[in-house]
Amino acid sequence: MRATFIKALAEIAERDERVMLLTADLGYTVLEEFAGRFPSRFFNVGVAEQNMLGVATGLAESGFIPFVYSIATFATLRPYEFIRNGPILHQLPVRIVGVGGGFEYGTAGPTHHAVEDVGVLRLQPGITVIAPADYNQARTALETTWELDGPVYYRLGKDEQRLVPGLDGAFSLGRAQLVRDGDALLIVVMGSVAPEAVAAAEELSVDGIECAVLVVASVSPVPEEDLIEQLSRFRTVLTVEAHFVTGGVGSLVAEVAADNGLGCRVVRNGVKVPLGAPGGSEAYLLDHHGLSRGKLREAARLAVLQTASI
Amino acid sequence: MASGSILAKEVRRIVLEQSKRANVGHIGSALSIADIVAVLYGGAMRIDSPQEKDRDRFILSKGHAALSLYAALHLRGWLSKGDLDTFCGNASFLGVHPEHTLAGIDFSTGSLGQGLSIGAGVALASKLRSSSRRTFVLLSDAECNEGSCWEAITFAAHHALSNLVAIVDLNGQQAFGDTQDVLSMSPMAERWRAFKWDVHEVDGHDGEALLEAIESLDMSSGPPHVLIARTTFGKGVSYMERQLKWHYWPMSDIEYDNARAEVERA
Repeated sequence: MRATFIKALAEIAERDERVMLLTADLGYTVLEEFAGRFPSRFFNVGVAEQNMLGVATGLAESGFIPFVYSIATFATLRPYEFIRNGPILHQLPVRIVGVGGGFEYGTAGPTHHAVEDVGVLRLQPGITVIAPADYNQARTALETTWELDGPVYYRLGKDEQRLVPGLDGAFSLGRAQLVRDGDALLIVVMGSVAPEAVAAAEELSVDGIECAVLVVASVSPVPEEDLIEQLSRFRTVLTVEAHFVTGGVGSLVAEVAADNGLGCRVVRNGVKVPLGAPGGSEAYLLDHHGLSRGKLREAARLAVLQTASI
Repeated sequence: MASGSILAKEVRRIVLEQSKRANVGHIGSALSIADIVAVLYGGAMRIDSPQEKDRDRFILSKGHAALSLYAALHLRGWLSKGDLDTFCGNASFLGVHPEHTLAGIDFSTGSLGQGLSIGAGVALASKLRSSSRRTFVLLSDAECNEGSCWEAITFAAHHALSNLVAIVDLNGQQAFGDTQDVLSMSPMAERWRAFKWDVHEVDGHDGEALLEAIESLDMSSGPPHVLIARTTFGKGVSYMERQLKWHYWPMSDIEYDNARAEVERA
């Protein structure tokens, strides 16, 4: 996803000289595509994320469109107040690119696991928050949002292979994408864990349980109308995210349901405990937190059974 | 210069008037930088109008001294008396800390340690665009406690941002007392020098010395510049000078009368 994103960014930079790329010394082997083609618009600012956001604020106020790049935790949490008082307060076109949302940096450990990045940025009005589900959607998201007036946060994964069946790279601000339909349950998923959610739905289909899957990549602005339309069809909704259950898509769905008086039950699947040992690979950690296809399949099956008994 | 000349005495008078009218504090910090903003807005900066794209930029990183900045904007004719009189009122654009929504203010500040990074970005943009625009950032000495300042200081030196001028208001005081006692940044000049800046130590209340120092800077090439401006907290009102109380307190009627009289006599 990140390599596709940077390649697409380089194509945009070819057309528009305002586009710059700053990194806090991360992205080795990923950013060369841009750095090699546009050396005067590429800056490795060193391991200093706060300064990177401050510099980007000054550049953006001067007419540039700076993309700032780091691992998702370092891109969002360390410079959070700079993001708040800089691009958001001044409504400037700074683009924050956070790589490795969720557990993608598996064995690197909790310092590298971004499970609150979407939440802390989503609660700020005035910043667009995008969490693509696969690399094709990431490319479309970039191509349709890079020129927005205000700031944008892109939460990217590292995978360049897996595609979400039925998504076909679709993205539209303020919209959600229904990639699979069904009548037993609605699964609403955010981010690169989406293929796991679709795989769970496919496995349940074998047993005759048909689940709909809705991808929410445009977290802010909220795809309110699409969510209302889909949530209204179901008695139970299962949310899935490699993120704390508070603040991310689970909260978002619960808010839309409550705000609009929808009658559905919202079952949130995400990280519910503080980060820490045991560690392991991304696959291990997703399973540990109930986010592997197998665990999601059983969570969905249970939710369907509970719904039938209500 | 004649049309833009600003007297520090007038800045101080406005600081006293407005802080008395609004019944707010931060008076000592505003008085500390009165001479610096008078020099910047009175001739050192190339600023014909707030709308001019390539005018010099000023970032008041120590945002809590904004009243002196408002005074300078008013004395330049960019801020009406009516608007100045809304200072700290409801629905006003003039708060204790400056907001970019006010014409002439480019960046909202108030959280210490952020202005120099932003200034470095502005200066870098000027270099990339081959703009003659220069960027001035005013920091407090205690603000240099913030680690982020040193990220920006390192960055600006590495990229040889010769069009960037930091001014440190070295008044030696912070919110709980003397900087020497709270968290010493001494020797301030040597620290900046070690970070490869072009360092100038100057009397922050000597307008001519400040102007001379700024005009001596090579802003076309070489390292970024810093003026370590030795100042007195509360300068110009003897009972406020070096007194921590005036970081916080508003003036009583008698205190105001005495302060005004002293500033007028100066």
